[in-house]
Amino acid sequence: MAVEQSRRDFIGMAFGGFAAAGGIIALGAMKKTWDPLPSVQSAGFITVDLSPMKEGEVQTIQWRGKPIFILKKSADMPKNEKRDITTGGSTYAVMIGLCTHLGCIPTWMPATKQFKCACHGGEFDASGINTFGPPPRPMDIPPFKIDGAKLVLGEEGPEYKKLVPKKA
Amino acid sequence: MAEIRKATGFIDWLDQRLAVNKFIKVMMTEYWIPKNINFLWAMGVVLMVLFMVLIVSGIFLLMYYKPDIKLAFDSVNYTIMQEVEYGWLWRHMHGVAASAIFLVIYIHMFTGIYYGSYKKGREVIWLTGMALFGMFSAEAFSGYMLPWGQMSYWAAQVITNLFGGIPVIGDALVIWIRGDFLVADATLTRFFMLHVLLLPLVILLLIAVHFYSLRMPHVNNQDSEEFDFDVESKKYLDGKKVESKVVPFWPVFLSKDFFVVGVALTIFFYLVCFHFDFAMDPINFEPANNMKTPPHIYPEWYFLWSYEVLRGFFFDIAGVPAMKIGLAAFGFANVIFMLLPFLDRNPMHTAPAHKRPAFFIWFWLLLIDMIVLTVYGKLPPTGNNAWVGFGATIVFLALFILLPIITKMEANCKCNNGGCK
Repeated sequence: MAVEQSRRDFIGMAFGGFAAAGGIIALGAMKKTWDPLPSVQSAGFITVDLSPMKEGEVQTIQWRGKPIFILKKSADMPKNEKRDITTGGSTYAVMIGLCTHLGCIPTWMPATKQFKCACHGGEFDASGINTFGPPPRPMDIPPFKIDGAKLVLGEEGPEYKKLVPKKA
Repeated sequence: MAEIRKATGFIDWLDQRLAVNKFIKVMMTEYWIPKNINFLWAMGVVLMVLFMVLIVSGIFLLMYYKPDIKLAFDSVNYTIMQEVEYGWLWRHMHGVAASAIFLVIYIHMFTGIYYGSYKKGREVIWLTGMALFGMFSAEAFSGYMLPWGQMSYWAAQVITNLFGGIPVIGDALVIWIRGDFLVADATLTRFFMLHVLLLPLVILLLIAVHFYSLRMPHVNNQDSEEFDFDVESKKYLDGKKVESKVVPFWPVFLSKDFFVVGVALTIFFYLVCFHFDFAMDPINFEPANNMKTPPHIYPEWYFLWSYEVLRGFFFDIAGVPAMKIGLAAFGFANVIFMLLPFLDRNPMHTAPAHKRPAFFIWFWLLLIDMIVLTVYGKLPPTGNNAWVGFGATIVFLALFILLPIITKMEANCKCNNGGCK
């Protein structure tokens, strides 16, 4: 009878093993099914001409469905070497315009020179650094490349790598 | 196979094949309900009726709704509301029932807490009930985003972003859930699937388990009186109906339920016909715009308390970012009710709260605190509002930390038979 029992066990384990392997493959397929489609992943590059911008003005453009804030800093705004881009003698702050708390779009307040997120009261300074409220970190900097007076979003240029040194 | 004889009638024909007589006895005519329970026990049946309303109205909406970001808004706000005959009725019934069902769920839940119906043999009822609450929350949220208005869109943005708070995999998980870098068509279609198929299936299954889990421990009663259901039901069947402490579910108990359901439906249709707008946010009549956030985002009223817990911490504590503390508190708030049977460490009593002095205070503090959280969840989180929200969040967390302590003290108290009476 012992032999019979071990045969039964083997059949059980073999069946269980096959079922588990099939289950894992099926789960992998389900995971992949919910991944962004190739057409979504290959969201294109965008070139922005910075030369017509006025000092103190914020321009919002859409890149990969996300708002990008470009602020041309006026003389009275504090500069931030770790985050600002200098090209053609002017300083710009470029950031993904989503509050790092829960992803709402903050509004530029020209009077106080800060970005304010109405949802949970988060505030960011002109360089996109969080100064008050729940946002845990400054607004993210999108990958960019500087091409003369033009800004190319989506490509990681040397200026970007300098600002974001440890980006994996 | 059992011997099948010539049937004496249609019921007998069915009985030989499906045991319908036995089934009716077990489910209805010999399912015993205690006599001393009040109208609050009828909330389960009210919920069942509202759920049926949601399914029926949902089926009619489904026939015209288009799950596509270019078409969704107009299919609801033009086709269903303007073109389809009585389309407005189905939409308002669906919207109002979705809101009303949460009010009744909360009444049902707090009745369970007040009368101690979550413990001593009834843990599974409580657990499946809370699982149902979670599924209804997911169902409500996934339905809320379908009209693709501004508030729907940003609610989806905020809720899916919550998963970004999970360490390491957070950011990738958000993209995976959305199926895009932002809330987009892929997000809408998959939430549509969840709303109309997967979640309703899970809810139906959970309702069946929730009902089944009631059969062994039986329904609790107002005085938490322990009695032998076999003895009491025998008295009833022997004709001693006045002496017996139980009545059959059908037809006796349901007649009372029908009255409560009648009142509930009267109020419901009054709301549907005259005040349907309380379940409709004005901002949602503006089509979704991924480049413009509404000035003030808030969820539907039934999520406000947990939303306020999420944003209650608005400053960093000991170097931990406010957002992480908020997320942890939010997670705590969403699982802690589930653990209630195990946090209440007085094993003796399923007694109502008014017979447990410390628990009585705890219960009302919790209810008041949740109302405060709900009110302040709707207000902009600035100035004093932020501090009230913070205070109420602390009280909420503290109450659940204190519960095991006060119930243990209650159980140890020898003075009046374990803190009771």
